[in-house]
Amino acid sequence: MSRTDWEVVIGLEIHAQLNTASKIFSGASTAFGAEPNRQASAVDIALPGTLPVLNRGAVERAMRFGLAIGAHVAEKSVFARKNYFYPDLPKGYQISQMDLPVVQGGEITIRVGDAAGGENQAYDKSVRLTRAHLEEDAGKSLHEDFHGMTGIDLNRAGTPLLEIVSEPDMRSSAEAVAYARAVHALVRWIDICDGNMQEGSFRCDANVSVRKQGATALGTRREIKNLNSFRFLQQAIDYEVQWQIDTLEDGGRIEQATVLFDPDSGETRMMRSKEDAHDYRYFPDPDLLPLMISAAWKARVQAALPELPGAMKARFMDEYGLSAYDAITLTATKEVADYFQTVVSAAGAAQAKICANWVMGDLAARLNKAELEIAASPVSATQLAGLVARITDNTISNAIGKKVFEALWRGEGGADANAADAIIDAQGLRQVTDSGAIEALIDEVLAANPKSVEEFRSGKEKAFNALVGQVMKASKGKASPGQVNALLRKKLEA
Amino acid sequence: MIHASLAQLRRALDSRQISSVELATLFLDRIDALNPQLNAFISVDRAGALSAARAADERIAAGTAEALTGIPLAHKDLFCTEGVLTTCGSKMLANFVSPYDAHVVSLLKAAGAVSLGKTNMDEFAMGSSNESSYYGAVSNPWKTTHVSGGSSGGSAAAVAARLVPIATGTDTGGSVRQPAAFCGITGIKPTYGLVSRYGMIAYASSLDQGGAFGASAEDCALLLSAMTGFDPRDSTSLERAREDYAAALVAPDTGTKPLAGLRIGLPREFFAEGMADDVRAAVEAALEQYRALGATTVEVSLPNARLAIPAYYVIAPAECSSNMSRFDGARYGHRAAEYSDLADMYSRSRAEGLGAEVKRRILVGTYVLSHGYYDAYYLQAQRLRRLIAQDFQAALTQCDVIAGPTTPTTAWALGEMADDPVQMYLSDIYTIAVNLAGLPGLSQPCGFGADGLPVGLQLVGDYFSEARLLNTAHQLQHVTDWHTRRPATA
Repeated sequence: MSRTDWEVVIGLEIHAQLNTASKIFSGASTAFGAEPNRQASAVDIALPGTLPVLNRGAVERAMRFGLAIGAHVAEKSVFARKNYFYPDLPKGYQISQMDLPVVQGGEITIRVGDAAGGENQAYDKSVRLTRAHLEEDAGKSLHEDFHGMTGIDLNRAGTPLLEIVSEPDMRSSAEAVAYARAVHALVRWIDICDGNMQEGSFRCDANVSVRKQGATALGTRREIKNLNSFRFLQQAIDYEVQWQIDTLEDGGRIEQATVLFDPDSGETRMMRSKEDAHDYRYFPDPDLLPLMISAAWKARVQAALPELPGAMKARFMDEYGLSAYDAITLTATKEVADYFQTVVSAAGAAQAKICANWVMGDLAARLNKAELEIAASPVSATQLAGLVARITDNTISNAIGKKVFEALWRGEGGADANAADAIIDAQGLRQVTDSGAIEALIDEVLAANPKSVEEFRSGKEKAFNALVGQVMKASKGKASPGQVNALLRKKLEA
Repeated sequence: MIHASLAQLRRALDSRQISSVELATLFLDRIDALNPQLNAFISVDRAGALSAARAADERIAAGTAEALTGIPLAHKDLFCTEGVLTTCGSKMLANFVSPYDAHVVSLLKAAGAVSLGKTNMDEFAMGSSNESSYYGAVSNPWKTTHVSGGSSGGSAAAVAARLVPIATGTDTGGSVRQPAAFCGITGIKPTYGLVSRYGMIAYASSLDQGGAFGASAEDCALLLSAMTGFDPRDSTSLERAREDYAAALVAPDTGTKPLAGLRIGLPREFFAEGMADDVRAAVEAALEQYRALGATTVEVSLPNARLAIPAYYVIAPAECSSNMSRFDGARYGHRAAEYSDLADMYSRSRAEGLGAEVKRRILVGTYVLSHGYYDAYYLQAQRLRRLIAQDFQAALTQCDVIAGPTTPTTAWALGEMADDPVQMYLSDIYTIAVNLAGLPGLSQPCGFGADGLPVGLQLVGDYFSEARLLNTAHQLQHVTDWHTRRPATA
């Protein structure tokens, strides 16, 4: 049997840290990187007598997510205690949601495959969500630097998390990564999570099983915990799938288990089996009343949501006539979309395609080379719009445009929106459109290149292009290429 | 001064007949003299008390005194107090000094009351006799071979023996009302949510409620008025305007029928078998006096009340098992001196730091929440809880106040029930249902049993009927003197 005889089934649990200023049940700060235990209040360290108070900002972020994915935002949801002992869990229980989560259902459309590789390879797929619930994060156990003892840092304890649980709808690691990326983009798009995977603000657990093609029952799953990069997610799933298939094909059985991925070896290894699984003894937290969400509150949150990527993509295609590929690329993140939108607004909708080409082409390449996010681009959206305007009104050629772009990138021309104009003027890059001046240049070039003229006349069209190049060079690139073409041809054919 | 009411103490302080420092010293000296015999206090804070008393004297001199300014009181040792030990009656917290004050403690501090110390209690409020305290049992001031009741036994005994005029307590299944009854004083547990639980170390969060002890209903009214009020730090705290319960008391007028129109409901189930004869006699006599004051009595029924104890002993241990998890030896409290690994640290620290009754309830609670048992126990108990609350609501359509015995018997001898926890659980039969329903309840002295120990009469009302309950007791206290009787120890 081969790999293709098996169907892979994947569901993801994603923990997104909500970007509230204070914790979910206390007033302590959530800022990352403070000295250990400096951001742990009496509530966070679970002093006797302390009580949790729900941060409505965390609820509102969960609501934004629910509304963005078309889920049911529950009128009533309940916080429950998940009981287990661990030193970084100060109360001996985590406050989470069990039976009645705040977000129920919903779906996310993903594009699978490398879109740049061509429309044929990529496909769209809808992934259903089971739920998304609010819970508090635990602290951290630090096992190094304590000479055989363990250090406990409770700064992270009580940080709000949204646990986003998908249905087992994904059929490959590529789909899982596409889904994780889509969720990652969305939570940043609606500004509920900073998405910083290095700092642990966005972490994935993958439930993986395999079954024979055509089987309806799910295979036994193993859960890969705490994957904090998309690359690890892909590697871990690929390894796990192959391991499960090999195990089954060798006549073995898969036991339900929780496993960890070791990035160094590229392997998954067992953390605990089902027999070792905790009985968390969930029950409703008597310190917190049920969370009630009124229709009015929901409406306010809905009204405050930004235009979502799906709607924006459709609008870019409809309003600006962009291709699906362009529209998807430009709505990959909120920052790119905002940037593009600003360029188009300044340059005019009629120039949307050329704006898109600049954003996806020269700008993206330059940002990529410099390893910069678009928000940190040295060329502002309005500056780029100014450049586009000069190209479209024929003040400069496209080729000169690239030169001006480089100058903008270096900060020449200042910070103003009209920086492109300043550069064009300062460097005298304005296109030469005076026929007399161009004809004079042509005459010089024809006189200096009798061989090329001869070749053209004997039918070699290539020679024409060489002559155009010479004229452009003689004009230092400023001559209008269209005019040079027309006038040269006229002269040669005269 | 020792036996004076709060109103009398207020007048004495305001007229400079006595200073707050003198008053505090008077009671502190009594504590020194009598506490070795009663064991009502775990911590006495003489320096802190005298400092607070001096501040109170300044307020009195400045004319900014409130009702409790300069009045000595004591806190049950599960209210966190900044800078003073808060042990919860447990070895686990024998070294614990809270860095913050409970909401109730801050309110009373702000009112100018002078805390003399922290009173003994059943360990983590789990018990009905104060015998589960790591600091030893409290003796009943009326008969020192007998229990004070629990879990707020130290507060009740301290007020009864006049070691302090008033004291705070908490009531999860009767822990204010039962010791008040056993010690012959008045105690009130208000509607759940009226007193903030912030800084009150939790036993069973959905049942725990702070309450007040005093010699009389009037003293309780003054203390309770200063303890209530919305606290945003407790999500179950109720957003309501504060009431002045003392001002709501109707000045008694002998010769009239001040309770005319009041319908007192007598639950058939509370007057059935199980009540001791001497308790029944005292309760019946009190009811007769109520009729003389103009009230009418009507029989009502609480058909599910008999299920209160089983429901309580599922819900309370379930919450307790989770609430007690923070006592793991990691951050504060007792940690075993030696252990081999993390699990061993947990088990040794908890095995050494927690007593038998606490362990029993943690085990029961862990069991009822376990996978496969949750529906049969916890969910079923919650259903019973709703039925019990509905019973009270139905009964309260037929009457204004429900009355009956606070306890089936008077205080029992120390050690008498030590080997029979279930028998002890059953002694809370009349009080527990009130917590399950979240209603206010009060116990007031209504006579003495055959052994010379006090008998309590319980009054239960609808949500937020504290003023009515206190006034109903206040009227009886005007025509009886049970609340002014003092034990020989005092």
